[in-house]
Amino acid sequence: MSSSIERTPAAAGTDRRTFLQRVALTGVALGPGGAFLASCATGGDGDDAEDEATEAPTGDVSEENPLGIPTDQPIEVYIFDGGFGDEYATELHQPIFHERWPDIEIDHHAAVDIGAELQARFVAGDPPDFINNSGDGQMDPGQLISDGLLADLTPLFDAPSWDDPNVTVRDTLLPGTIESGTRDGKPYVLNYAFTVFGLWFNQTLMDENGWPVPTTWQEMMDVCADIAATGIAPWVYQGVTAPRYMNWPLLSMATKLAGPEILVAIDNLEPGAWGHEAIKESAAAIRSLRENNYFLPGVEGMEFRDAQGLWARGEAVFCPSGSWLENEEADAIAENPTFQLAMMPEPLLSEDSVMPLETVRATAGEPYVVPADAKNPLGGMEYMRAMLSMEGARGFTERVTSLTSVAGASEGVQIEAPGLASAQAALQAAGDNVINWFYPSWYGTMENPGIDQATGALLRAELTVDQWVEQCEAVATEIREDDSIVKQTREG
Amino acid sequence: MNMRHGKYPFILAFLLPPVGIYAIYMLSPYVQAIYISMTDWSGLTAAQTFIGFDNYVEMWNDDQLRKALWNNLILVLVVPVLTLLLGLFFASMLNVGGRNRGGAVTGVRGSSIYKVVYFFPQVLSVAIIGIVFKYVFAPENAGGILNRVLGAVGLDGLQRLWLAEPNYLIWIIVLVMTWSFVGFYVVLFSAAMQSIPRDIYEAALLDGSSRLTTFRKITVPLVWDTVQVGWVYMAIQAMDGFATVHIMLGINGGVEGAGDVLGVAMYREAFAEADFGYAAAIGVLMLVLTMVVAVVFMRGLRRERVELA
Repeated sequence: MSSSIERTPAAAGTDRRTFLQRVALTGVALGPGGAFLASCATGGDGDDAEDEATEAPTGDVSEENPLGIPTDQPIEVYIFDGGFGDEYATELHQPIFHERWPDIEIDHHAAVDIGAELQARFVAGDPPDFINNSGDGQMDPGQLISDGLLADLTPLFDAPSWDDPNVTVRDTLLPGTIESGTRDGKPYVLNYAFTVFGLWFNQTLMDENGWPVPTTWQEMMDVCADIAATGIAPWVYQGVTAPRYMNWPLLSMATKLAGPEILVAIDNLEPGAWGHEAIKESAAAIRSLRENNYFLPGVEGMEFRDAQGLWARGEAVFCPSGSWLENEEADAIAENPTFQLAMMPEPLLSEDSVMPLETVRATAGEPYVVPADAKNPLGGMEYMRAMLSMEGARGFTERVTSLTSVAGASEGVQIEAPGLASAQAALQAAGDNVINWFYPSWYGTMENPGIDQATGALLRAELTVDQWVEQCEAVATEIREDDSIVKQTREG
Repeated sequence: MNMRHGKYPFILAFLLPPVGIYAIYMLSPYVQAIYISMTDWSGLTAAQTFIGFDNYVEMWNDDQLRKALWNNLILVLVVPVLTLLLGLFFASMLNVGGRNRGGAVTGVRGSSIYKVVYFFPQVLSVAIIGIVFKYVFAPENAGGILNRVLGAVGLDGLQRLWLAEPNYLIWIIVLVMTWSFVGFYVVLFSAAMQSIPRDIYEAALLDGSSRLTTFRKITVPLVWDTVQVGWVYMAIQAMDGFATVHIMLGINGGVEGAGDVLGVAMYREAFAEADFGYAAAIGVLMLVLTMVVAVVFMRGLRRERVELA
């Protein structure tokens, strides 16, 4: 607690808040009676949040300081130390921040299990100012939002960008970025990394054997027959761990066939959404991979890393995934210097599809948040503004081999990784035909275990397409009828 | 009595601190958990909303939880029986099962080596056991040891995708838990058997008693107290099963959730679904079940001891 005392801002009213927080903490520690008292004391309604917003320390708003951050208050930063490490923060973003704000001290922390380190601090009302809420220990973002624990990031997105005072932060981002972090009409989460989804294939094998990259499902089946004839498995998926990865080509192909409205219906939990003809047709296509024995033998009983590893070692050709795959399987890929991988958009189910072949699913991911109870929430948002600078985003792409949500930031960056380069090319070729669906992030349990188990059974051919639709509908119905879940909707 | 009266403050002064510590760190968490189970606490906020018995009603209607409960019952009934039978058998072979060599009562040949080998699983952490067994049951091309062995000895027909088959999951867990428990009970029962006077065995041998009869009529009755302790302890361990299931089958309890147990369901509700209230309700259920199991096992065994005595 000593560190929090040092950091307590001098603003009036904070003492009352700190006092109530302590009471609340003690209440939890004392048990039922105390907890009752504490819940009366802290309230937890909307008024409280507004109180706190006015209590947050501020500085003078100016052209230099559009958010009006206090220029002498420290910022406490937590970075998830996972696939991206935390050097991109300490060696790239923080120096950019320091250059403009030399007097603001950044109290940097890296954590592997974010929830384990920070959950208790949320309960105590003493969270840090900036959190990269990611990894296995991620705190459920939907719950954080409905508990009123995250700050509305509207001031950040409305502020002028770091590089150009005439362009707002909002206008520097790729389309869909803010939407992906929006709940109930307000942006709470900054999704910084940009992921492109598609079918990843073994380019070396395709080239050596003269197999063409399929553009229609019929061509895909022809290529699969050729591949299978050589004794190599045409397809692999993420096994017993995550059969839901196969939903991605399934839903993408259905959307190309019938248009993005079918995804809106699914996200809005409309009855019958999963029974759309296009989705059935796509599910039948995916199921035919099993019927023809085109999956790697035994894949349905494998751990996902084992399955992907066998793919990277040339035992299968196609693998559904996102653009992190190249990083994830870097070790297996490095074993064979001739191995080349590339990403392709999912083939078209029919010649008269509504959307073009080049359509890709892409979305901003890797969430960053500012807690509502932070000591210096504006400081946290200013840190985000620095991250979203051209230099910050470009450096991120160079360092961790991932695209960012900042439009044009990867242009001219020499991407060494062939897979990511092909993903970037696919994204450019897609133009405006970028699709995404939101139900997995809105309703985590709907995707996993819900749809995940249904699709797993479809891939083992234990369910017919109609039974699969029925099971998906049942999963959606369960979410729709659960009053304790806050519902989200979107239009087109 | 009057003479002792003055000692009470003195005794109390010694008893109060440990009782106080016990109350704060043992009893108060139980009470708090019961209170939290009647709230919709997300585990993230300072405040909790009291919702009465809603979580318990939800629990009653939760099919997945019923599956987890059923699996726990299988674990509680099968794992202790298997482990005790194997443990007693191995321990008696190690200590008194040897062929009569020069009249001395000893274990089978090489028993000192077996003793060490049996204890190996106890030295490994559950995490390692879970990961190793994941690869025992993996498909052959992903390094599956069991399928490879079956293939090598010509039993290809028995090869299965073990972890992809919902019906096998809980039995795989039974097998792994038994494997990891047996070593400890072999050592425990060995210690008990060492304390049985040798002349009883010698008398039995002189009377021409077979090894099986010796085991049934002498060894088992004389180590029954130890068996009873082991039984209760193991039933409580089997009631848990969290680490093994979580590591081997994942947070959803494997394919179709078929290998789910209460501990994993509780963890999932708390940390994946941010529903600490419901998780606490599952915890209370586990508390009640564990206590029932302990009482039932102790009662049942006590009666048997009377019969044997």
